[in-house]
Amino acid sequence: MNSAIVLIVDDEIPFIQALSKRLKKREFSITEAFSGSDALRILNERQDIEVVLLDVKMPGIDGIETLQTIKQKYPLVEVIMLTGHGTIETAIEGMKLGAFDYLLKPCEIEILVSKVNEASARKRMHEKKIIEARINRITKKRV
Amino acid sequence: MKESKTSYTRYQALNRNILFIIIFMSIAPMIFVSITIFYHFHSSYKEKVNAHLGELVLKHKQRIDLFLEEKLDAVTFLLHSSKPEKLLQEAALEEKLAILNGLSPAFVDLGIVNESGLQVAYAGPFRLAKVQYNDAFWLEKALANDYYVSDVFLGLRGHPHFIITTKFTWDSRSWILRATIDFNAFNTLVENLRIGETGFAFILNREGLFQTKPPVEINKEQIPNFWDRNNNRTDILNIENTQPNGDTFIYVASFLKNDDWVLVYRQTTRDAYSDLTRAQHLAIMIIIFAGIIIITLTLIFSRRIVTRIKKTDTEKEFMNLQVIESGKLASIGELAAGIAHEINNPVAIMVEEAGWIGDLLEEDELKSSSNLDEFKRSLEQIHTQGRRCKDITHKLLSFARKTDPSVDDLDVNALIEEVVALSAQMARHSHINIVTELQHDLPPISVSSSEMQQVLMNLINNALNAMEENGGTIKIISKLSKLEKGHIVIVVEDDGHGIPESVIPRIFDPFFTTKPVGKGTGLGLSICYGIINKIGGKIDVSSVVDVGTRFRVWLPYHITDHYRDTKPADQETGEADKTN
Ligand SMILES: [Mg+2]
Repeated sequence: MNSAIVLIVDDEIPFIQALSKRLKKREFSITEAFSGSDALRILNERQDIEVVLLDVKMPGIDGIETLQTIKQKYPLVEVIMLTGHGTIETAIEGMKLGAFDYLLKPCEIEILVSKVNEASARKRMHEKKIIEARINRITKKRV
Repeated sequence: MKESKTSYTRYQALNRNILFIIIFMSIAPMIFVSITIFYHFHSSYKEKVNAHLGELVLKHKQRIDLFLEEKLDAVTFLLHSSKPEKLLQEAALEEKLAILNGLSPAFVDLGIVNESGLQVAYAGPFRLAKVQYNDAFWLEKALANDYYVSDVFLGLRGHPHFIITTKFTWDSRSWILRATIDFNAFNTLVENLRIGETGFAFILNREGLFQTKPPVEINKEQIPNFWDRNNNRTDILNIENTQPNGDTFIYVASFLKNDDWVLVYRQTTRDAYSDLTRAQHLAIMIIIFAGIIIITLTLIFSRRIVTRIKKTDTEKEFMNLQVIESGKLASIGELAAGIAHEINNPVAIMVEEAGWIGDLLEEDELKSSSNLDEFKRSLEQIHTQGRRCKDITHKLLSFARKTDPSVDDLDVNALIEEVVALSAQMARHSHINIVTELQHDLPPISVSSSEMQQVLMNLINNALNAMEENGGTIKIISKLSKLEKGHIVIVVEDDGHGIPESVIPRIFDPFFTTKPVGKGTGLGLSICYGIINKIGGKIDVSSVVDVGTRFRVWLPYHITDHYRDTKPADQETGEADKTN
């Protein structure tokens, strides 16, 4: 299995830097964004991003808003919410809006890695199913 | 203490004001109306009594005048019906007397007196023939007038009587026919006029001498002069006269015998107006009685009002302080949340950086370092402490979240653990151990978690305070209550200094505190009490000095469908609880 392509979104630059180094060392392909609008721009440019690690509390467009837009424009991209502000309400809202999971900062790297893997696996599975469905449609038409 | 004293006098003043206003507003009109009514009643009653007495006196006066007139007419008729020379014969005079006696038994005797005062003829029971009357006071008047009625006098016979004389001329000389009227016959006319205990009548002449015999001794000095007062020449004279000794008399007088005499009716006002006095006494008694009732009712009423106001004030003050207290808690929560969040990000970075170093240490070139183990231990320590920071900040954040008093299904055990975690630091400082003994699978209770948090914080803080000096153990137990069906009981036990027995009954009172001034508001436990009461729970306390204190809180639980499914045995108690 190829390692996942991950976009990390957080307003705390040192946090992104440390985390991306650690994830890169674990063979993930990492892109960094320092705000919600940054993240949306990158997602627009690059179609290959599979998982987004998204901070909830950010200046400008906050995590929830960013999540909404991502899920609207790129429904197959999986989002893992990552926050220091562990309110149940935001967690529930995030899950309702289609986030893959919800993690509290600071989190164990092992847990994060496994969640990212799960998320990318799900994304790939969804993609595969869509491709299969298309192929089926095409073959059926041919038959 | 000082404040309670001033508030006490404030309520006292309020009580006094209410009392005064109500009493004044009810008694003043009552007295005013009573006085007005009584004044009118008094004057009209007096008028009526006086009019009645005046009528009586007038009637008697007329009767007396008639009596005198009759007697005079009889004598005049007698004189004119016979020849004068015949009257000088005693036998004829006897005959005439018999005729007069037939008309009226009041005639005692008859006599003929000549110009020089000699009684030349006499008929009657006394031996008065040939008696000299030339010294008698009446002779001159009798000779001067055609007819004359004398005042009452004793005369020669030594018996009170008065005479009626008629002058006639015979043989070119003046003669007088004299008839004596019995005093008793005349006296009865006046004696009949008796009313009440002190009302009687008498007749006076111009000199103020009694013409009839009053039934009681009367000091002549007391009697007013009626001739002086009768300027208006009225038939009836009404005089009220107060004696120096305080007795007040009413005099009703009417003149008779051409104003020579006056018929006087006298009665003490006390007697004459006795009905009025009785009415007055009754009215005063009714007023006093009504006044007492009004004052008593007002006393009760005003005290009740003030008590109610006092209670409302206390409740309001307590509510205000409760609002302030929970507001304080909420703002502390907000502050804590802000700090927690600000700290959480740097901690997260530190932990990640430490993690990165750990990652790097896995590389081969660093693995050979002699200090590798020490590096790893140090990183592990950073990691552990970072996690600890995370725990603390997350607890603070969840505490802050719960300052919102909205009702929610609450897991009691989770709340206990949260509050214990927050208190743990303080407990450790005072060498106090907090032990929990929580029953699993407790049903959720529907209360505001911020309020329950307040209750638990207060109880634990109290326990911590009780053990501040010597340390000890706080035990927190949660379980389904066996005593109270449908309730969860939370027990907070400490082995601190305990609460004196005298203090226990007041422990839930607002503002009651055993802590030094400035250390406690004295609201903690009463807020607990208020919150628990509000949700239909119960709190009690038992304590032994130097052994410890135990607070128990019973909270009714609301059975959720889930709980009902898993624990059907408790369904009935839960239902019963709901209907309460
Ligand atoms: Mg942030």
